[in-house]
Amino acid sequence: MTVDFSKEVDYVANLARLSLKPAEKERMAGQLSDILQTARRIQELDTTGVEPTSHVLDLPAVLRDDVNRPSLPLNRVLQNTPRPEKGFFRVPGVKDLAHSEE
Amino acid sequence: MKYEVVIGLEIHLELQTQSKLFCGCSTAFGREPNTNCCPLCLGLPGSLPVFNRKAIELAVTAALALNSSIQLKSRFDRKNYFYPDLPKAYQVSQYDQPLARGGCLEIEFEGSRKHVNLERIHLEEEAGKLIHAGDSILGADYTLVDYNRAGIPLLEIVTTPELCSGREARLFLEDLRLVLLYCGVSDCKMEEGSLRCDANISLRSTGSRELGTKAEVKNMNSFRSVEQALDYEAERQEAILSAGDSVIQETCHWDEEKKVTVPLRGKEGSSDYRYFPEPDLLPLVLQSSFVESLAAALPELPYERRLRLQEQYQLAKKEAFLLTENRELGDFFESVARQYEDYRSLINWVQGDLLYQLHESGKHAKEIEPRLLIELLLLVDKGIINRPVAKDLLTEMIKTGESPQKMVQERGIEQISGRDKLLPIVEQVVNENPEAVKNFHRGKKKALAFLVGKVMASTGGRADPNELNQLLKEKLIKKRTGGRMKD
Amino acid sequence: MKLYEHTAAELSRLLQAKEVSSVDVVHSFLERIGLFDPHLKAFITPTPLMALDTAAEVDNRRMRKEKMHPLAGVPVAVKDNISTRDLRTTCASRVLENYVPPYDATVIGNLRNAGMPLLGKTNMDEFAMGSSTENSAFFPTRNPWDLSRVPGGSSGGSAVAVSTAMAPLALGSDTGGSIRQPASFCGVTGLRPTYGRVSRYGLIAFASSLDQIGTLTLTALDCAFLMNLIAGYDPLDSTSLPQDEPDYTDCTDPEVKGLRVGVIKQNVSAGFDREVTDAVLKAASLLEKNRAEVTEVSLPLTDYGLGAYYLIAPSEASSNLGRYDGVRYGYSAEGSSVEAMFSRTRGEGFGSEVKRRIMIGTYALSAGYYDAYYLQAMKVRTLIRHDYEAVFKNFDLLIGASSPTPAFKIGEKTADPLQMYLSDVCNITDSLAGVPSLSVPAGIHSSGLPMGMQLTASPLREKLLLKVASFFEQERDPLSLRPQLELSEGGSP
Ligand SMILES: [Mg+2]
Ligand SMILES: [Zn+2]
Repeated sequence: MTVDFSKEVDYVANLARLSLKPAEKERMAGQLSDILQTARRIQELDTTGVEPTSHVLDLPAVLRDDVNRPSLPLNRVLQNTPRPEKGFFRVPGVKDLAHSEE
Repeated sequence: MKYEVVIGLEIHLELQTQSKLFCGCSTAFGREPNTNCCPLCLGLPGSLPVFNRKAIELAVTAALALNSSIQLKSRFDRKNYFYPDLPKAYQVSQYDQPLARGGCLEIEFEGSRKHVNLERIHLEEEAGKLIHAGDSILGADYTLVDYNRAGIPLLEIVTTPELCSGREARLFLEDLRLVLLYCGVSDCKMEEGSLRCDANISLRSTGSRELGTKAEVKNMNSFRSVEQALDYEAERQEAILSAGDSVIQETCHWDEEKKVTVPLRGKEGSSDYRYFPEPDLLPLVLQSSFVESLAAALPELPYERRLRLQEQYQLAKKEAFLLTENRELGDFFESVARQYEDYRSLINWVQGDLLYQLHESGKHAKEIEPRLLIELLLLVDKGIINRPVAKDLLTEMIKTGESPQKMVQERGIEQISGRDKLLPIVEQVVNENPEAVKNFHRGKKKALAFLVGKVMASTGGRADPNELNQLLKEKLIKKRTGGRMKD
Repeated sequence: MKLYEHTAAELSRLLQAKEVSSVDVVHSFLERIGLFDPHLKAFITPTPLMALDTAAEVDNRRMRKEKMHPLAGVPVAVKDNISTRDLRTTCASRVLENYVPPYDATVIGNLRNAGMPLLGKTNMDEFAMGSSTENSAFFPTRNPWDLSRVPGGSSGGSAVAVSTAMAPLALGSDTGGSIRQPASFCGVTGLRPTYGRVSRYGLIAFASSLDQIGTLTLTALDCAFLMNLIAGYDPLDSTSLPQDEPDYTDCTDPEVKGLRVGVIKQNVSAGFDREVTDAVLKAASLLEKNRAEVTEVSLPLTDYGLGAYYLIAPSEASSNLGRYDGVRYGYSAEGSSVEAMFSRTRGEGFGSEVKRRIMIGTYALSAGYYDAYYLQAMKVRTLIRHDYEAVFKNFDLLIGASSPTPAFKIGEKTADPLQMYLSDVCNITDSLAGVPSLSVPAGIHSSGLPMGMQLTASPLREKLLLKVASFFEQERDPLSLRPQLELSEGGSP
């Protein structure tokens, strides 16, 4: 069974917030189809009743005490941002509000 | 066709920890922008999260108080989406293995009790804060981002969709808030955003079991706006359905000024969150002894307290509500009641003058020493001061913290009582005000009050009012008969 | 013997005996860098002044007879995906070209505390995604054994620096072979430690459940010195192992008698370069000659490891790399809305391999595909772990090739990502299982290129790996394994 990725490229690129040029999209569609074709081989394996491994360590999480540690000074916080403004990070206006106060 | 409203709430509350969920930055509200930030909560490359034990404790405590069943093993997942307030482009949250499942809260609605069931309770991290420049959010030219809030522990509580009006949703939320305040897990301030509520609302024809198409309502920033927004949205949907149209599934904002819900533009596919287990955090495993110790440490909850107050102090339901709702006032009442047994008199003072004066002075009940009120009440009970004086002293006592006993001693304002002390004053006033006496005898009721006032004025308000009244009447009647005899 | 020709262990001895100064040692390596790096391009950001400062300070402290770490004054090179405070850390990406971390990775703190001069940040595949160091946004690094070939990747810069004596030691990171494969291509020793043994705090994430910081060194003993410094529990990394650390340096007794050794059938495959598999088999018989019990062992799931890896790693990467959105740091495009700014920043900032993996990962995690791809891959990962657990009941050590072939030509695999991915086929299953894995030199191919052999043990048995590596060093002096770099008058080799 082949995987045709070309139909998925736009949807996935939008999900991943990647603007791709048309030529890039086309090349990507072909390459991703090949890669997924190979990756899909894992579906041959019967994994009924197998627990997924998300961590190789079989340990519980560690908990730390609720104590304050020093934060970074403001100049350090902003040292890498392209658009600092009055102590904030500035970005262009938000058009999609679906995620506000998620 | 008749419709019924179906509402489910999704509540987010910031837990009251010193440090954030995954880093040591302060959670303090109102600091200068971006000053409570470190590599982790700014999402700098290479930073890694470590759980805050206190956040886990508070989350478990809240879940226990809401009768939710704690999952000894739970997992954290990444919820992936892009938004400028989300520094890592994912929120660490819990998806299919939440901290607690189920649960319920009993509310009293229109005189009857109702169980509101909970779906789940889970822990996640807070996002940053956006400040939109320009007139409206939608048309903002640019946006400023402050990550001080990013990473504060958030508890998410999801109810089953079974609330049936804006009013009921509001009551549930107010009761929920009270429970959480009692547990000390959050300060639950809607105005500061530490308690927030989103709602799913749909309509269905009465009697139907199937849920209608729902809308998600956001941006309700007070208990009142929850009620208003949901009632508005229910009406809007009803109008659509009644006209034979169908409701579109969408997310909308409550516009507090215009009192309407406004649909939001959302990009296609924006809700494909690509949840997967957070590889940077191992599963959260709780010891049952840990959960048991938190259960044992649960404080008395509001519902329990209400019943106990009614019983223990023979209070009316309404009074018990007041002392539960206003926890500090209730605590104050109880610490006075431990040494003062006239509960009836006490509750009257507390819900009357004390509450009023606290309100007037902007003070909190916890700032007042119970000992002072006890002193004051005993002064009244022993007849050392009268009620009007006591009210004045209460006002001062609340303002200055001065002992009523001391004030009475220093100012010589003990009540004047006893025939031998009061009679000469009464006689003098009667003699000095023949006009008023005449009026009294003509049947004018006001004349008596006038004369009482005169006596009070000449005693600095200290005369025992009951005794004074009696003496005065006696004197006036005597004067009348005496006059006739003279005539 | 020139100072740069020494192993780190020897330099440590010379420094402690005050026979040489750290400033002299650093100068010696800086000279090498000056000579070779213009041609090899192993460094993205060389830091000669910083290195000399640290060296001078260490020399002063030694004069004052302060107690010093054994590695004090021994210089080191660090892969450019490990955060260094006040020193730009690019991940070889345009996105992070000007990013200066305000904090140090835990391992960098270890190096600084020990007084190790930092020679510079080394080149790599962008965000560690690649097997050739051709995916660097800045320039490819060349293989010092043959300048027309790749050094392997993604830790290509670190491997080249050590193999050419531009640095005695280097740190790299290994997600699916990124230390072991370049180590084999360059003829050095590269260790991927047990997952959780070295703190990841400050390592710029590619695939968090697979990433491990490790070492590239000339010898097993040098590796041991570095492990003594960087391994250990870190409260800042929740996936760090709460483990008492052994002294790794007592690995010099290379006794292999009685060792149960399995030659992994899939890693001496018929499809591999014949000389590579022969080198591994020769090494196996050497072990046998020294009374190790050697048998062949099959790890049949190795065939599926690649598929699982190329779903799990990109999935985690797609999430880890979401943060490069142009708001807080890094490359930022203009845009009329924040959404447009995000997409353009990411579309312009990332290179094509990175975008490819973000696409695969986003797809594998998206609604409707999660179960078939990501979840299935995680279950296969469980099966692979079980395989290893079963095998390690009967074996102490697994051996196989580090790579199917010696270094390939620059540009040979860039057009076909799948072919590139296949060059990690020997390394990936160890990564999925989280076990320690070491690549050691296994001889020189008829083409004149070095070949590598991979040694794998059960979790936390790094010392065993180092011991066996020492055993092979008795046979083949690592110091003799240097590429012959001949410089013409004009400075080009
Ligand atoms: Mg949530
Ligand atoms: Zn922080």
